[in-house]
Amino acid sequence: MIDGTSAFLEGVVRTATPLALAALGETVTERSGIINIGLEGSIIAGALGAVIGAGYGGVWAGFAFAAVCGCAVAAIFALFAVTLRADQIISGTAVTLLALGGTGTLYRILYGSAGAGLNTPTLDPMSLPLLSQIPVIGRSLFVQSAITYMLYLLIPAVGWWMYRTHAGLGLRAIGENPAAAIAAGIRARRVQFLAVLFGGLLGGISGGTLVLAQAGTFVEGMSAGRGFIAIAIVVLGRWNPLGAALAALVFGAASALQFFFQATESNLPYQLFLAFPYVLTLVALAATRGRASSPAALGRQDFGQS
Amino acid sequence: MAFVVDMLVHATPLMITGLAVAIAFRAGVWNIGADGQFIAGATAAAWVGVSAPVEIRWLALIAALVAGVIAGAIWAAGAAWLRSRFGVLEVISTIMLNFIATYGASFLVRGPLQEPTHVYPQTSGIVSGAHMPVLVSGTRLHWGFVIGTVLAAMAWWVMKYSATGFKVRASGVNPFAARSAGLIDVSRVTTIAFVVSGAVAGMAGAIEVTGVTFALYENISPGYGYTAIAVALLAGLNPLGVIGTGILFGALETAAGTMQRNIGIPSTTASVIEAVVILAVIAIAQLRANRVTRTV
Repeated sequence: MIDGTSAFLEGVVRTATPLALAALGETVTERSGIINIGLEGSIIAGALGAVIGAGYGGVWAGFAFAAVCGCAVAAIFALFAVTLRADQIISGTAVTLLALGGTGTLYRILYGSAGAGLNTPTLDPMSLPLLSQIPVIGRSLFVQSAITYMLYLLIPAVGWWMYRTHAGLGLRAIGENPAAAIAAGIRARRVQFLAVLFGGLLGGISGGTLVLAQAGTFVEGMSAGRGFIAIAIVVLGRWNPLGAALAALVFGAASALQFFFQATESNLPYQLFLAFPYVLTLVALAATRGRASSPAALGRQDFGQS
Repeated sequence: MAFVVDMLVHATPLMITGLAVAIAFRAGVWNIGADGQFIAGATAAAWVGVSAPVEIRWLALIAALVAGVIAGAIWAAGAAWLRSRFGVLEVISTIMLNFIATYGASFLVRGPLQEPTHVYPQTSGIVSGAHMPVLVSGTRLHWGFVIGTVLAAMAWWVMKYSATGFKVRASGVNPFAARSAGLIDVSRVTTIAFVVSGAVAGMAGAIEVTGVTFALYENISPGYGYTAIAVALLAGLNPLGVIGTGILFGALETAAGTMQRNIGIPSTTASVIEAVVILAVIAIAQLRANRVTRTV
């Protein structure tokens, strides 16, 4: 049973990693006042990009190309939502549709209609000396793939940047009061564009993680709503990098439950566990009672003056 | 002729779910969940259709359709309640409910509602009394297409000429003005529009089961609820326009299916085209709007 719990906790952190990456990026995006529903599109593009990149230059080329693909999808969204000031919800939905259909089409063109038997190299878990010896949580936190360790470094880095630097202050100012930020000389549209690109970058890496640290292959639609769950995680994490990471762990646990119950051979239908993270998202959003602490100008098309 | 029939058969669910999306978007409700509401409607209709007594022809069909409408309305009501009570973004909640509906239907066709031999992940066929009558004999074209057209015309009339329609449009355009100047209970109006939208999408699912598939399958919807967004936006959210854009996308999907069979162009290309259509529509609208604000 100890082994079971330990394996479960390892699974929690492993499944939480892509969610936390995407949510971290979306936190930055939303702090600039833009809600990117197209995050799902960046994740699936990153997943396909990872397969293509890894085919040329191994795991790290896979991650690099995943990031590029995620960024490219986010750039399309930013072109509409930021540059053209189109409705963010509609633009994001269209971009998700575009990426889901586009990756499906490209995958079938590149690897044939069946597409089976495609295997990419994957990252092996690395055991960190000493830290992995910590009882109970040691193995789950410190016997993970390199991408999870990068996430550990990224969370405080983004937090420091957002709360302790002038640029981070500017980002938050646009999300709270764009008119005042512009008056203070901040180029709001440019910062928003870059914030969306950063979200897409991490979204792409998140998709890359699904392939290169977990599945080892691409499946059409394998992002499976993680982009939308990540947006819920941002709300749950109160638009704060550390909060997002902790909220991602809760959802990692919800997803990892299915592995746990498969192992225990319970008679509960497996669809119940597949549906559980989505039900949890609804409950969590209701429990946080809406958008009390959201950036004040989140989702707004216009800055109120121009 | 075969293409026209296939096109109209494909157009029917797209037209009706497109109508559902148009009603919601008009009220300022971002219902991305027509897919889940469609599945809920299809599931309820299949359940009633399988268990209904054969003899009573019209009654079985009507019961199946009503069940679909109610199920779709309930599925949307969940998201509407989360929105009005807890301020949960309906974009997120409806997408989550889409996944839950998909897994729910998957559970039912592999569990309680599975056909008696327990081989295929589907229900048994619905009783013949619950079959939608055929519109042109010898073809697959059924009365569901007519029902969809009538629904669209009714929605158009309500939106354009009734007080309710005015309240819906006012709430969608500017909820604050509608509340303060028009004394409209915006929360109530949007909730009703949301639930009606779900009911219409549920109806689409029920019509698909009673008119085309005659059973519930695991992937009963190949993403109708998402195509519906393109259908509704291209129609400018006009219920009458949805008839035309629904047929257009029906033709697109039929052609995509044919192309995949004949020359191997993946059918997923259809959703790329849908996305490009949505982006083109909003780009044109935005460029026009931005030019107006600049010249003022």
